[in-house]
Amino acid sequence: MLRNIVPPVLSVTVFLLVWQAACKMFSLPPYMLPDPLRVAERMAEDSSLLLKHVAATFQLALMGVAAGVAAGIIVALILHFVPWLRSAVAPLIVMSQNIPLIVLAPLLIMWFGFGLSPKLILLVIICFFPIAWSMLAGLRHAEPHLREYLAMIGASRRQMLLRLELPASLPYFFSGLKITTTYSVSSVVVAEWLGSSKGIGYYLYLKFKGYDIAAAFGAVACIIALSLLFYGAAALLERLVIRWRPRTGEKGGRQA
Amino acid sequence: MSPIHKLELSGVSKSYRRRGHLLPVLDHISLHVREGEFVTLLGPSGSGKSTLFRLIGGVERPDEGSISIAGKEMTGKTGHVSYMPQQASLFPWMSVADNISTALVTCGVEKKEAKEQAREWLSRITLGDVADEYPHVLSGGMQQRVSFLRALLMPRDVMCLDEPFAALDALTRAEMQRWLLELWESNRRSVLFVTHSIEEALILSDRIYVLSRAPARILREITVPFERPRRSDVWTLQEFVELKKDVLELLEEGEPAIV
Ligand SMILES: Nc1ncnc2c1ncn2[C@@H]1O[C@H](COP(=O)(O)OP(=O)(O)OP(=O)(O)O)[C@@H](O)[C@H]1O
Ligand SMILES: [Mg+2]
Repeated sequence: MLRNIVPPVLSVTVFLLVWQAACKMFSLPPYMLPDPLRVAERMAEDSSLLLKHVAATFQLALMGVAAGVAAGIIVALILHFVPWLRSAVAPLIVMSQNIPLIVLAPLLIMWFGFGLSPKLILLVIICFFPIAWSMLAGLRHAEPHLREYLAMIGASRRQMLLRLELPASLPYFFSGLKITTTYSVSSVVVAEWLGSSKGIGYYLYLKFKGYDIAAAFGAVACIIALSLLFYGAAALLERLVIRWRPRTGEKGGRQA
Repeated sequence: MSPIHKLELSGVSKSYRRRGHLLPVLDHISLHVREGEFVTLLGPSGSGKSTLFRLIGGVERPDEGSISIAGKEMTGKTGHVSYMPQQASLFPWMSVADNISTALVTCGVEKKEAKEQAREWLSRITLGDVADEYPHVLSGGMQQRVSFLRALLMPRDVMCLDEPFAALDALTRAEMQRWLLELWESNRRSVLFVTHSIEEALILSDRIYVLSRAPARILREITVPFERPRRSDVWTLQEFVELKKDVLELLEEGEPAIV
């Protein structure tokens, strides 16, 4: 456990120290690159405002991820059961993922106004994809010999789904979820930047306008912390749900 | 005249289409398994034994011929046999006990009943203390025992065992044969067993069908003369050695000449 924690903590600390030292050594002006201490100071000064915006972003990201995950699972199941639909809509879905965020967001705002709905729609579009795609792969590529076994004993389609395909797709689902959670917070921030009156994105927008770079860095620190929080929650959930995999170092059943 | 056979195949043929060519795999196979009989299909690798099982299981349909189970026409119908594949095929996300009980539920056993049965039998085969473990902590031999038990407990007319011990080392394999023999002799079920080991066939079965290379035909039907319960040193008998030699010759004859 300790061995997993020490190296990243060490590397981040070293990174911050080097950053701090570099700012001192080259005496960079704070409006170009503020040093970490200055950023921390600024965060403390602005903490009540920052916290309010962080909470707003957190809430929106949570809603977006939840809706995106739900949509992802539903899409995966539908496409799994209707193969012709899969081949029909797959190119459309992939295309939707290639529209740049900075195009999609203003379009949605134009169509749906400045309220919650355009941002939620944007998040669903972004979040559902990794889930749907990895889960679909998991559903289809469930162990062929287990599939064969169930077919031989005459399992129904429903039993095939519940006993084999769904559990087999869970590890895929979680890798999709981890990708989704990584994206979600920064997507929310972009959406807020482009049209909102709260959230870290809005805060960033204001601070950049006022050339308050130290505060902007503080906001970035909050974004990173939020993203890590989401990712960590997904990883924790994965560990709680998928308990059947052999732990590393523990050799499982031998078979040719 | 004949009593109803648990499993009867008459004139079953099957070909696969591969890159435009028709590849005959089974050529008019007729065989039967009586109530409580242990019948083995002995054939070289690739002769179509697993294909035959897929037809019996109803996962695929034969091109010709019919399959009946317990006297009823069952060609192309699933859900009438229990099955033990070559790989243990236990579900990694279910405990050992749940692997067995869910299979029983598939066969229509009531859930509570299935759970009780799984536990009771696991302790009977001295695997009671791993009932709640995931399968990956079990050794290959233990996994095969669970897999066999799962097939044995399914209330179906015929048990189909497809080379269940092929993946095990020689020592474990011999041990598993003894174990299976003992368990089966005290719970006689109708079994169709596939192997390409002549010895294994002679040690375990009541009757053996020897298959040719693909397209598989039945070369000969052998009634194994050794009494039940089988002695563990049956393989030392003169008769055993001779029978083994016969079958070996038969299989070599059945082979197309090597050019
Ligand atoms: N779905 C399929 N499509 C085309 N050919 C197939 C298919 N399934 C099996 N075959 C072919 O049929 C032949 C018999 O295969 P099968 O798996 O039944 O042999 P087997 O007797 O079980 O062999 P082994 O002892 O190695 O398990 C092989 O040549 C195989 O390539
Ligand atoms: Mg086979």
